[in-house]
Amino acid sequence: MTDLQERPAGVLGSRLLRREDPALLTGEAKYTNDLNVPGALHLAMVRSPYAHARITSVDLSAALAVPGVVAAYSGADLAGLWAGPMPCAWPVTEDMKNPPHYPVATGTACYVGDGVACVLATSATAARDAAELVDVQYEPMEAVVDLEDALSDRVVIHTDLGTNKSYQWDLKIEGEPGQVDAAFAAAAYTVKERYVQQRLIPVAMEPRAVCAVPQPFGGDMTLYSATQVPHILKVMTALTLGIPEHQMRVVAPSVGGGFGSKLNVYAEELLCVALARKHGAPVRWNETRSENHLATIQGRGQIQHIELAADADGKLTAVRVRLLADMGAYLQLVTPGIPLLGAFLYAGVYDLPLAYDFSCTSVFTTLTPTDAYRGAGRPEATYAIERAMDALADTMGIDPMELRRRNFIRKEQFPYTAMTGLVYDSGDHDAAATKAAELADYDGVRARQAAQNVPGAKKVIGIGQASYFEMCGLAPSRVLASLNYSAGGWEAATVRVLPTNKIQVVTGTAPHGQGHETAWSMIVAEKMGVAPEDVDVLHSDTAIAPLGLDTYGSRSLPVGGVAIAMACDKVIDKAKKIAAHQLEADEADLEFAGGTFSVKGTPDRALPLAAIAFEAFTAHNLPDGMEPNLEAHTTYDPPNFSWPFGTHICTVEVDTETGQVDVLQYVAVDDCGVQVNPLIVEGQVHGGVIQGLAQALFEEAVYDDDGNLKSGTLAEYLVPAASDVPSLTLGHTVTPSPTNQLGVKGIGEAGTIGAAPAVINAVVDALSHLGVRDMPMPASPQNVWAAINAATQGASK
Amino acid sequence: MIPAAFDYVRAGSAEEAIALIGEHGEDAKFLAGGHSLLPLMKLRLAQPSVLVDIGRVEDLSYIRDAGDHIAIGALTRHMDVEKSPLLAEHVPLLAHAAGHVGDPQVRHRGTMGGTIAHADPASDLPATTLALGATYVAQGPNGTREIAAADFYQGFLESALAADEMLTEIRVPKMGGAGWSFQKFNRRAQDWAIVGVAAWRRNGDSGVALVNMGSTPILATSVSGALAQGASVSDAAQLAAEEAEPQSDLNASPEYRVHLAKVLVRRALEQASA
Repeated sequence: MTDLQERPAGVLGSRLLRREDPALLTGEAKYTNDLNVPGALHLAMVRSPYAHARITSVDLSAALAVPGVVAAYSGADLAGLWAGPMPCAWPVTEDMKNPPHYPVATGTACYVGDGVACVLATSATAARDAAELVDVQYEPMEAVVDLEDALSDRVVIHTDLGTNKSYQWDLKIEGEPGQVDAAFAAAAYTVKERYVQQRLIPVAMEPRAVCAVPQPFGGDMTLYSATQVPHILKVMTALTLGIPEHQMRVVAPSVGGGFGSKLNVYAEELLCVALARKHGAPVRWNETRSENHLATIQGRGQIQHIELAADADGKLTAVRVRLLADMGAYLQLVTPGIPLLGAFLYAGVYDLPLAYDFSCTSVFTTLTPTDAYRGAGRPEATYAIERAMDALADTMGIDPMELRRRNFIRKEQFPYTAMTGLVYDSGDHDAAATKAAELADYDGVRARQAAQNVPGAKKVIGIGQASYFEMCGLAPSRVLASLNYSAGGWEAATVRVLPTNKIQVVTGTAPHGQGHETAWSMIVAEKMGVAPEDVDVLHSDTAIAPLGLDTYGSRSLPVGGVAIAMACDKVIDKAKKIAAHQLEADEADLEFAGGTFSVKGTPDRALPLAAIAFEAFTAHNLPDGMEPNLEAHTTYDPPNFSWPFGTHICTVEVDTETGQVDVLQYVAVDDCGVQVNPLIVEGQVHGGVIQGLAQALFEEAVYDDDGNLKSGTLAEYLVPAASDVPSLTLGHTVTPSPTNQLGVKGIGEAGTIGAAPAVINAVVDALSHLGVRDMPMPASPQNVWAAINAATQGASK
Repeated sequence: MIPAAFDYVRAGSAEEAIALIGEHGEDAKFLAGGHSLLPLMKLRLAQPSVLVDIGRVEDLSYIRDAGDHIAIGALTRHMDVEKSPLLAEHVPLLAHAAGHVGDPQVRHRGTMGGTIAHADPASDLPATTLALGATYVAQGPNGTREIAAADFYQGFLESALAADEMLTEIRVPKMGGAGWSFQKFNRRAQDWAIVGVAAWRRNGDSGVALVNMGSTPILATSVSGALAQGASVSDAAQLAAEEAEPQSDLNASPEYRVHLAKVLVRRALEQASA
């Protein structure tokens, strides 16, 4: 069920159908793999079957004998092609350890799937057949799979580093020295919890795909890639390969989802470009689904220790967090920064005094590298604090909803300067929780639960809540600087009125399923008084949209969308000068509404934007000194993160005989500020919630002790289908962001952030009468059954 | 995702298919719906040199009343088994179970004969036909023979079919109004069962077979034996795993599988007895 709220009259806020969908749904949309590139050579990778092995020899002769094979290379053969190692753009500490990482490994393979050789052929099938014939000799070494084992340095993976520890990053905030320890010493209640964020495979519907096309003369190179970050990829490819940046063009055609996994610079992208240069021919590569499980980054992978101290009323007095984060075998583009994106959110939505002690230690393992995955650090943080709040409520013997209400940052405290120094500009957690509780019939479920969850009951119910703040709209560039991030957080936009009053928008965002073309056209339509269909949105090609910082971290609307609105304002300002000139009126006397400038109080003295657009084009009668054409460019650097928030409530039924969890109801009340298009907002919440619910109940990248991925196909890695998930009950509150003119906050990750803790809190709540206090993710039937057994056997002893 | 090279030939009749298989030898495989074989080939876990496509052999797609049993042609799609009025009347357990195979795409392409011949212990219909006491008809160069389901499953993905034999028909006894139940326990609707139970019960007689509880589909004879001797449903269900040799995988340890089998057999018998 969807909560349809009253809609505003204008374009903004209407449920306009997505203009992207007809092409996507009919198969007309062109993905990278659909591009017809005559003469392209096909790349196939040879991947290590060992998690950790010395490469003693690479024999390419059998591969080279396959008809159609043009070339085959070991890592050593390619060493001369790289101006530098693959990039990590987030050196979070001065002394962070970062092993050199090249597109094809040379001495040592460090995870199953690590590229150790490659083949180029005139067809994809010949390349694949030949790759099977490359004879690589390995000397296997011990795998490092467990994070605590990695930290012990029992086996050091990158021997030159001398340790598996990449960095330690601390954030300790105290009003007075020793406040955290003192708070724990004086606390009426404390809880100390350990949670495991299992590794997740992002599973974008479109696997990665790359096609590098060199120009025959002059050295220009076009890289087509299924990427979220064409602009970042352009810079990084230029730097890594020593190509002058102005000769690199990156195009992201239709991209079938990313969830963070395409926010990266991958070996195959660099290889395709390097080999296209070397061979003077286009080189393309399409990832198979199996490769996607092994060689595309994975998400999460953390062990979290969280401690809460509270006074007799349950008011939090201190939070202490120790993270152990799995980097995987190498640092990819932003791998080390992911846990730190959560560092500021471990106090959740609660009014914590200056008593916070956070430390993150990150380690290498012989597993696929980790990196950004929907929410990136923030779902992990929210999970820990929201699970720990339930544990605290359990310890105190009070309802977890009541405990949260006692601790919420209150509406009147906004703008609220958090203990981390970040300013939460707006919020109303009590309102969101109240609305969610109403939709979920919280009190009614509690009453049913009391009757149903009796000893021996085979079906029991539970209700779980998660309230969250999302730090998104990445990001104020100066804040990123303080975190050692190597780029800014601005976004660029150009708005151009064509002679016939059609409008072109050029954006630096790079949509891959979000519906930016629809949403951005609505913003422009609202601002300029034109119809959305008269607005074209150009993006994801660095030759057309040269400036941008791409799409991730729920940033596109609160940064990129706001930039477009600001560019519209500049165009309107210029148009107003032209209107004043032609109407022989004072600029201050003009108003702009519905696409027309008119003199206040004299509505018949008016000039539509269409007329001004044509005047600007002909330039026959412009104010003295004014440049022709109506076009404006803006680069917007947000003054603050944006702060969406909300409360999710999940009701489950658990079969105590089999351990099966059924979600009876899922309520999500999200506040993303002003909604440009509620249809798109709901789609984002649906997808996000299901992805979070999938972490809670279904998905896990499972490795054996030798570092082999056991969930290597979609038969073992359980992405839920529509038949496996509940209908969602959505509601929202609207608290406009005070930091941007649209009042928008972003909604791409909210669902994922709220869902996992809400679901697990519900499962634990359903079983609490049996003595169950925690539940590993995913709460698979076997894990639930084991937890019930452990609790009931423990109780009988 | 790109299979190794293979040759492809299409057979117009069962006789031609058997002759082609004989001609191409051990590395040749029959291709019917392809929903088990092709994924294995794409992962290069199977690399047959020749595929003999029997998908167009039209006279092997039928569901007929044959007196005391229903005869089902080997190329009958799961969807046709699921929707068959004849099966709904006489073998409702099989029609119901066919509706739980894979997902709609699989059910529209996959065939009854293919899933039996593949002999996957995790598949729904081998165990279901085993519980029902079905007989399979195999055709080879020297004619046809009947194989009882109880004798058919010989090991993991191994059946009593000779290399040059083709499964042509499945004969399922009519259930005569027996109570029945199909319990499929899994995490996603489209998945193979973690444990499944097909069961029927009529007076003192019963048939209970287990999905994914060993290297073959398992006939739970101890359960039926106990019921025949008057044991209660819950006592009989405790014997559910007597014949099983459950394996471990990501979804379930052997201990959990045994537990599930007992719970699901009890639930199946309760439903079949209602």
